Amino acid sequence: MKRLLTIAPLLAAVIAIHLLCAATGTLYYLTQMTMSAYYALLIIGLCVLMGYAGQISLGHGGFFAIGGYLSAALTTHNLEHLQDNSVISALHSFGVLQSGQDLYGGTLLVVNPWFACILAILAAVVIAYLIGIPVLKLKGHYLAMATLGFGIIIYRVVLASEYFGEADGISEVPAFVLLPGLVVSGDFAGRVQNYYIAWGLLIIGLILLLNLIDSRVGRALRAIHGSSEAADAMGVNTARFKLQTFVLSAVFAAIAGIFLTHYNGGIGPSEAGVMKSVRYVALVAVGGMAHLWGALTMGVLLNFLSLRGAFGAYDDAVFGLILILVMLYAPNGILSVRWRPRWARKKTAVEEG
Amino acid sequence: MDLLQVDKLHKRFGGLQAVSDVSFGVRSGQIKAVIGPNGAGKTTLFNLISGALPSSSGRVLFKGQEIQGKKPHQVAQLGIARTYQNIKMFSGMTALENVMVGRHLQSRSGFVSSMFNLPGTRGEERLIREKSMELLGLLEIADVAHVSATSLAFGQQRAVEFARALAMEPEILLLDEPAAGLNMYETAEVGRLISRIRDLGITVLLVEHDMSLVMDISDEIVVLSFGQKIAENLPAAIQQDPEVIKIYLGEE
Ligand SMILES: Nc1ncnc2c1ncn2[C@@H]1O[C@H](COP(=O)(O)OP(=O)(O)OP(=O)(O)O)[C@@H](O)[C@H]1O
Ligand SMILES: [Mg+2]
Repeated sequence: MKRLLTIAPLLAAVIAIHLLCAATGTLYYLTQMTMSAYYALLIIGLCVLMGYAGQISLGHGGFFAIGGYLSAALTTHNLEHLQDNSVISALHSFGVLQSGQDLYGGTLLVVNPWFACILAILAAVVIAYLIGIPVLKLKGHYLAMATLGFGIIIYRVVLASEYFGEADGISEVPAFVLLPGLVVSGDFAGRVQNYYIAWGLLIIGLILLLNLIDSRVGRALRAIHGSSEAADAMGVNTARFKLQTFVLSAVFAAIAGIFLTHYNGGIGPSEAGVMKSVRYVALVAVGGMAHLWGALTMGVLLNFLSLRGAFGAYDDAVFGLILILVMLYAPNGILSVRWRPRWARKKTAVEEG
Repeated sequence: MDLLQVDKLHKRFGGLQAVSDVSFGVRSGQIKAVIGPNGAGKTTLFNLISGALPSSSGRVLFKGQEIQGKKPHQVAQLGIARTYQNIKMFSGMTALENVMVGRHLQSRSGFVSSMFNLPGTRGEERLIREKSMELLGLLEIADVAHVSATSLAFGQQRAVEFARALAMEPEILLLDEPAAGLNMYETAEVGRLISRIRDLGITVLLVEHDMSLVMDISDEIVVLSFGQKIAENLPAAIQQDPEVIKIYLGEE
């Protein structure tokens, strides 16, 4: 209940943006707002990992790609020629597979997006566990490098494997029917609906994470960040909590990847690129690290500008620059910066000792 | 049988023997003090008991069970709590939240039930909050419950650390110089508090430099010097011990 009140302004803003766009005949903005919401979903998950559990990951583009690519591959690769296989036909009769038609009218037999979605999330969970167990033993730069390495591996894998479409990626990804009448797709007619699906998902994600931060688990995470040694001594199994947070943030990234891929109708290797992972880290940093609202705001705003082409050819450079500027001038995030006269600044520095 | 037993414990840091062949026991319900000059190895001893550092050799037994080699969070699970010589507040959290972390082992909620704020979690959360507020009250800092812990005065931070450790409902509490940096009034207050903690049935192992405090409240005293135990006795006897007097007054 209390949580709903804190969310209310955001809900109002989401509706207001829709109405504003509708009134000014600029509904096309909703497309980028939808995509930005999905990216922001990844970013708030990463925010919990970085800001609250204090663990950096330069590999979250990889988890996004695992989600997006797996659901894309499973829902596009035709299994029609295997129809006589008893396993395949059994899966078909259980509803795991669905029939459809390709562009040329041929019959398609592919995995139902719901099952593909679940499989992709499970894959992200398993991979996050397997990677997380060794990697989260590392700290600071070493953790950053190891997760970067993971991201590079995923990038090379999707580039190199035919199953994932090599340099072309995967296109013609079908719509994801969440419920009858509720469909994730890039279909023109579904633009407004998809805007609300994306923002609905983002808001649900935000509520879940706000709950988490304000719970026994969230306090344990913040305690690890505050003093890992004292948290240990209070009985917090720091290794397990870090790992579980890593997996949770990977799930958020994978879900973002799955939904955005169905929305865009495809996915390409650039989504798995290292620059994407760097961008996500920059956005968490600019939002204030341990600040879910900041991460969400900055995640939406800067992704929106980027998707609108506001940064032109310098897109990646802009995010690199943001990262540098944040580290130099606003290590607590852009929302924390308030202009204060120089003497006032000096005084607080002394107070803080 | 002793509640806690340290048996021929050794710790080397490179060439330095920080703890050397130290053995002693702590009986249930006791206040036992460990004293010794700076660098004697007292904090290191605590780190070995709590699992924060691995020992080079020797054993630590809690209720007869060997606990050396266990991780700190496993040691905490057994009912061993500690405070730090250099206060370790959880920065970015309020005093109340700091104490609430102390209830970690007394509660269960995991990721999923926390995210969905299930009824069980809500009830548990209320209990954690009540118990923690109660402890802040016991330490007379309830008025700063919602203040960021790191912005509190030094004495208040010490109190938060105490409350946090007590929130764990430990069987034994290891206190590393709880009166360091406190004034005379506050030190006397800490003394009364430690006696009260013992009356609650919690065994106390205390490292402290303030001799009047130590002599006042401890049942037994272990003296360390250069990592070695040089005496173990009742406070009155320790005060008379020529060896102890020598290291405290310095040798010519
Ligand atoms: N992690 C470490 N690495 C190397 N040497 C250490 C480490 N911790 C402690 N020492 C050394 O071990 C010796 C014992 O230190 P310890 O902190 O246990 O002493 P202490 O009795 O607690 O002293 P004080 O009264 O000053 O707190 C000192 O010489 C110290 O420099
Ligand atoms: Mg010490």
